[in-house]
Amino acid sequence: MTTQQQAPEQALPPLGSVGFLRWLWRQLTSMRTALILLFLLAVVSIPGSILPQRGTNPLRVDQWIEENPATAPILDALGFFDVYASPWFAAVYLLLFISLIGCVLPRVGVHLRALRTPPPRAPRNLNRLPASGSFVSELTVDEVLTSAAGQLRQGHWRVRSSEGEWVAAEKGYWRETGNLVFHLSLILVLVGIAVGGLLGWRGNVVVREGTGFSNTLTQYDAWGAGRFVSADALAPFSFTLEDFRVDFERGEAQRGAPREFEADLTYRAAPGGEEVSTTVQVNEPLIASGAKVFLVGHGYAPHVIVRDSTGRVVFDDTVTFLPQDGNFTSTGVIKAPDAEPALGFNGLFLPTAALTEELGPHSVFPAPDYPGLFLSAFTGDMGLDDGSPQSVYTLDTSGMEQIGLESLLPGDVWTLPEGQGSIEFVDLERWASFQIAHDPGKELALGASLAAMIGLMVSLFVRRRRIWVRAQPADDGGTLVHVGALARSEGTDVESDVVDLMSRLGGPDVSQERAPQ
Amino acid sequence: MTSVQLAEASNAAVYASMITLTLAMVAFAVSFASGRRRVTVPSTSAGQQPGRRAANIGMSLTWLSFLLLLLGVVLRGVWAGRVPWGNMYEFSITAALGVLGVYLGMSIRRDLRWLGLFVVIPTLLWLGLAITVLYTEAAQLVPALKSYWLVIHVSAAIICFGAFTFAAATAGLSLVRGRAERRADSTEVTGWLSRVPDHERLERLTNTVIAFAFPLWTFAVVAGAIWAENAWGRYWGWDPKETWAFITWVIFAAYLHARSTAGWRGSRASWIVLAGWVSFLINYFGVNIFVNSLHSYSGM
Ligand code: HEM
Repeated sequence: MTTQQQAPEQALPPLGSVGFLRWLWRQLTSMRTALILLFLLAVVSIPGSILPQRGTNPLRVDQWIEENPATAPILDALGFFDVYASPWFAAVYLLLFISLIGCVLPRVGVHLRALRTPPPRAPRNLNRLPASGSFVSELTVDEVLTSAAGQLRQGHWRVRSSEGEWVAAEKGYWRETGNLVFHLSLILVLVGIAVGGLLGWRGNVVVREGTGFSNTLTQYDAWGAGRFVSADALAPFSFTLEDFRVDFERGEAQRGAPREFEADLTYRAAPGGEEVSTTVQVNEPLIASGAKVFLVGHGYAPHVIVRDSTGRVVFDDTVTFLPQDGNFTSTGVIKAPDAEPALGFNGLFLPTAALTEELGPHSVFPAPDYPGLFLSAFTGDMGLDDGSPQSVYTLDTSGMEQIGLESLLPGDVWTLPEGQGSIEFVDLERWASFQIAHDPGKELALGASLAAMIGLMVSLFVRRRRIWVRAQPADDGGTLVHVGALARSEGTDVESDVVDLMSRLGGPDVSQERAPQ
Repeated sequence: MTSVQLAEASNAAVYASMITLTLAMVAFAVSFASGRRRVTVPSTSAGQQPGRRAANIGMSLTWLSFLLLLLGVVLRGVWAGRVPWGNMYEFSITAALGVLGVYLGMSIRRDLRWLGLFVVIPTLLWLGLAITVLYTEAAQLVPALKSYWLVIHVSAAIICFGAFTFAAATAGLSLVRGRAERRADSTEVTGWLSRVPDHERLERLTNTVIAFAFPLWTFAVVAGAIWAENAWGRYWGWDPKETWAFITWVIFAAYLHARSTAGWRGSRASWIVLAGWVSFLINYFGVNIFVNSLHSYSGM
C-alpha cells in the first residue's frame, strides 16, 4: 500500500527548506501520523467528560471554580472548562483532517488510474503464491483458458488474457472505493458541523401556562448563535402555552421520576397567520419555520395577588419558580416595586410540602399533592432605581427590611403586619421550558454520516484479490493447469477462490498444495 | 400471570441461566485442564482430544443459559410493559445476552470451544454484579427514553458490546499466547496456552469481529445522534456519554489503521482493542453511575 509508513530511520528531515516542507507534508500525511493523531483525539476528549463544561452546564462550572480556587484559574485559562472549543482540541482535529485530505486526495487519483489498468501479468511460478493448485485437464490449452476467462467474467472478476499462456483476473476494487468514500464523507460531516456552528442558533425560554412566546431575541432567557447569524432575520413565529401536563412515577421503583410530560400549544407561523393547535412532547418537537421547538423542562408557577397598604392590587400574575431538586422544591421571587411601600418576597414553593428538623421546609414528591408556598416578606428599596438590570429570580434585600415569614396553601391570604398590605396564593399553574434550535448543517452531517457508513461497510466487507491461471500442454497428453491467487487486503482468504475456480475448470475439488483449514 | 409472578419468573430465569453458566464454566475448565499435552492448535483431528467431550457439554450448557437469559430478558420486558432497557440492571442482563449471543453466533461457523472459558467467566461475574448490585425493580421509562430510536440505538450498542467483549478476549489471549510463543522460542507452547490457537489466528479472529462491530458501532452512534436531535434539539452535545462513545469509536478507528501501519500490527493492535473495550466499560459504568449526565438512567 502506497500510504504505508517508511522505516523510522529514513525519516530524518532533509536540510533545504523546500525539501523540509515536503518532508513535513509526507510525515503529516503518513499512516503513522494519522494513527497518533487519532490517539491524541481520544485523549484530548477525556477532560471534557470529567470536568464540567460551559457549553453544557455553566452553573456547575461556576460552582467547581468556587470550590477549587487553587487549580481552577489555571484550568480555566487553558480552556479546560470549554474543551471542545479550545484551541488545542481544534488543533488536533484540524491536523487530523489536513492529514486526511493530504492522504486521501492523492489516493483518489491512484485509484482512478487503477480502475483503468488491467490486472498484472501472471507470475512465472504460480506455486509460490499463498494459495495455489494444479491439475491435468482433458481440454486443450485454449479451451482451458477460454473457459477460465469466461468463468471469471461471470464471477465479476476483471479479466486479462494472453493468447495461449495465461489468464489474469482481479476483483474487489470496491474496497478502495468504499474506503475513499468513507474518508471523504468524514470531511463532509465536519463541513456539516461547521455549517451548523456558523449559521445555526439555539435559545431557551420559560413559558408559563396561558402566556405566549414570539421568536425574537429579547424573548429568550438564554441564546447562542453562530457567527453568521443575524438576530433580525429570525423566523417570526409565535406560540402560546395553553396547557401543560406531567405525570410522575408513584411506584416504589424510581419514585418521583418523570413518566410523561407534554405541552399543548397554539402556534402561528407569522403574525396574523393561521392558528394551529399542536402538542409537544419529549422526542416530538414542533417544527416551526425551519427551527425545532423542544420541550426540555418544567416547573411550577404559583398565581399570587399582592395588595399594598392602600388595598390597591399591585401584582396579579403567575410567578416562575425554579426547581432546586428532584422533588421540585422550588425557589422564586415576587416583586411589587410600585406598592406603597414597595414590597418584595423571597419564596419557596413545595409541591408536596414537608417540614423536618434538619431539612427545614422541603418537598417530598414532585407532583402537587400538598402544595405549600413559604414566603419571606421585605419592604424598602429593592435597588431597581439605579437602572442596572436585575434578574427576575433574585431579590436584592440589602436595602430592605424583613417584615415577616408565612406559609400559605392555595386560597390562603396573608395579611402583612402593620397594615402594609396582603398577599394571596390564588392557585397553581405550571411553566414549561423550551429549547428552540435551528441547525442548517444537520442534514448534510446526517447524509455524510450515512455515506460514510456505507463506504465503511463496503471497505470492510469487500475483499480485494487477484487470481491467475496458466495452462500448458502436459508431458503425457492433456493440459497442465496451474491456478494461483493473492490477497490484496488484510485477512482475506484466497484459498477458496483457488479451490472454487479449479473445480469449475473440471479439476479436483480440493487444492492439492494445501488443504483448507 | 400476575405482575409479581412475571417478575419472579424473570428473576428465576436469570438465576437459572447463571447456574447453567456456572456448570458450563466447570465443563470448559475440565476440558482445559484435562490432557495437558503439547497441542498447538485445536487441530482438525481433534476428535480424539481429551477434554473435547467436556468442551461440548460446556457449549451445550452455554446455549441453554443463553436461552434462559433470553427468557429472563423477555419476561422482564413483559412485566414492565416496554422494552427491557430502562435501567442499569436491565441493560446489564441484556448486555450479557449480547456477549453470549455474539460468541455462540461466531461459534456456529468455526470451532470456538477453546474460547468458552474466557467468555463464560466474565459473563458470569457480570451477571452476578447485575443481579446483586445493580438490581432495580421494573418501572416505566423516563420520557426521554420513550422512542423507537431507543430500540434501534440500544440494540445496536448491545450487540457491539458483545462483539467488543469477544474481541477483547481474543486480543488479550493473543497477547498472552504471543508472549508464551516467544518464550518457548522454537519449541512448542505448553500448559493451558497450548489449548488456544496461535497468536496470529487469534489476531485474525479479533480483526474479523471488529470489522463487523465497528460499522455497527458507527451506526449505533449515528442512531444515538439522531435520537438526541429529536429529544434535545442537538445531535451532538459532548455530554459525557456521547464523549465516551466518540472516544471508543476513535480508538477502534485507530485499531483499523494500526492493522495496516508498519510496526503497529500484532501486539500493539491488540492493546488498542483492549483500550477500546475499557473505554466502552468506562462509558457504561463510569458515566451511568458517577457522572452527572443527561444519559444517567441507571435507576440507582
Ligand atoms: C478522521 C480521521 C480518520 C478516521 C476516523 C479514519 C478511519 C478509518 C477507518 C475506520 C478505516 C478502516 C475502514 C476502511 O478501510 O475504510 C480506515 C482505513 C484507512 N485509513 Fe483512515 N481514518 C482517518 C484518517 C486517515 C488518514 C489521515 C489517513 C492517511 C494517512 C488514512 C488512511 C487510511 C488508509 C490507507 C486506510 C486503509 C487501511 C486498510 O486498507 O486496512 N485515514 N480509516
